[in-house]
Amino acid sequence: MEKQSFSEKLKEGKFVITSEIGPPKGTNIEPHLKEAEHIKDRIDAFNVTDLQSSVMRLGSLATCKLLIERGLEPVFQITCRDKNRLALQSDLLSAYVLGVKNVLCLTGDHTTLGDHPDAKPVFDLDSVSLLQVATDLMNGKDMKGNELDGKPEFFPGAVVSPGYEPLELQLIKMEKKIEAGARFFQTQAVYDLKSFEKFMKMVEKYRVPILGGIVLLKSAGMAKYMNEKVAGVSVPDRYINMMAQAKKEERAKVSVQIAAELIKGMKGLCQGIHIMPLGWEKYVPLVLEAAEL
Amino acid sequence: MLITKPKDSREIESYFEKRVFVFKCYGCREVYFPEQEINKFVEERAKSISGIAEVDYLCNESFSKIYIEKNAHVIRNSDVIVVFSCGVGSQVISKLMENNIVVPGCDTCYLNGFQGLTVLDCDCNQCGECYLNYTGGICPITSCAKNLLNGPCGGAKNNKCEVNPEVDCGWIAIYERLMKINKEKILVENKIFVRNFEKIIKGK
Repeated sequence: MEKQSFSEKLKEGKFVITSEIGPPKGTNIEPHLKEAEHIKDRIDAFNVTDLQSSVMRLGSLATCKLLIERGLEPVFQITCRDKNRLALQSDLLSAYVLGVKNVLCLTGDHTTLGDHPDAKPVFDLDSVSLLQVATDLMNGKDMKGNELDGKPEFFPGAVVSPGYEPLELQLIKMEKKIEAGARFFQTQAVYDLKSFEKFMKMVEKYRVPILGGIVLLKSAGMAKYMNEKVAGVSVPDRYINMMAQAKKEERAKVSVQIAAELIKGMKGLCQGIHIMPLGWEKYVPLVLEAAEL
Repeated sequence: MLITKPKDSREIESYFEKRVFVFKCYGCREVYFPEQEINKFVEERAKSISGIAEVDYLCNESFSKIYIEKNAHVIRNSDVIVVFSCGVGSQVISKLMENNIVVPGCDTCYLNGFQGLTVLDCDCNQCGECYLNYTGGICPITSCAKNLLNGPCGGAKNNKCEVNPEVDCGWIAIYERLMKINKEKILVENKIFVRNFEKIIKGK
């Protein structure tokens, strides 16, 4: 039986699992593809990041194409940081002819946060107007209303940050994204199930599938760093202590245990999970096993 | 109303190997002009200096013309004209002295809100399609590092911008301002905005 696509599974209300590939800084993509192939039976789709953290890397679209060639389903992440509206529309059309269906439309981190802080930040469009553009293209028109010769078919998605403050402002933006055509959401890393549950109750009315974000903790230091620096993320002390008390060789095990606990808690709350392993791809199968998925 | 800083001496040192005529513009001195640093730099190279003109508002062409004429005899014997002013002053001198080598001695810094009489926190990008009626009177273009028009990015932490933690997130400020007048719902009702850059390029 052929594997059901990511969008079909969501439409049927099945619990979906996505993971993430961050293309390398350079051309050495093979190990990343191998890692993905290794877990492909358990993952419904792989997000491919678009110059993640504003660091110059191999491109998202090329990596998506390589995944498709190996029978893996990609989620093409596309940001507004580096391209104007002409390039973004063109890249969406290019993605479609290369076989990409899922597109995750993002504003993107600011250029000054990456390894080329002196670059020109573009931000000609933003996540909301980019989603609208994807919708326009699907309707056979470019964003100026010009007729297309052949139209693409996408499953557009977006992100939301459940831990953002003020949350109401985040929900306003989420509503705009839905209005512009977002059909699914992936979230920022979740560590607090209570507040995530509250968030899910607030967004229930939108009837759009939500995939809860999971980031594997690598150390207590990483957790503290995220609490201090990363927007919308707050790791509870209990998890920080668990990571701090674990011996170095036990850390991965404890991290897997924490992720599994969070996933189990999310199962009844949202429609899927999005795992961002950040280099710890090899532990993804262990996480899924521990979470009984 | 511009703020300048002296150029790195390594960039302009070679000009002072020849005869140099110096313009200093004091027009914006009340706001900021790196006078002491420039005077020190020029004094240290005194033997290369053919003459100095201290002018208020080099940007005013008719003033500048008078000073050029007054110093014509010295300028004639100079190889390079170095202008310590903002980029506007340097361009005016360059335009008025087409047959001379005119170079700036300063870099002009980006400055918010320099339109008007004094430097302000509020800034106008002169975008040609004012959004302030949709955003509670706070400009989303100048108060957001990404110039976002349809709501905040996810990057603010503790109300501060991801680009500069010392700066408040413009979109949270917009939201809080709208809350005060019970109008935050207009953010949902607003159409999806996309900027029209043709207005800036063609001045339409």
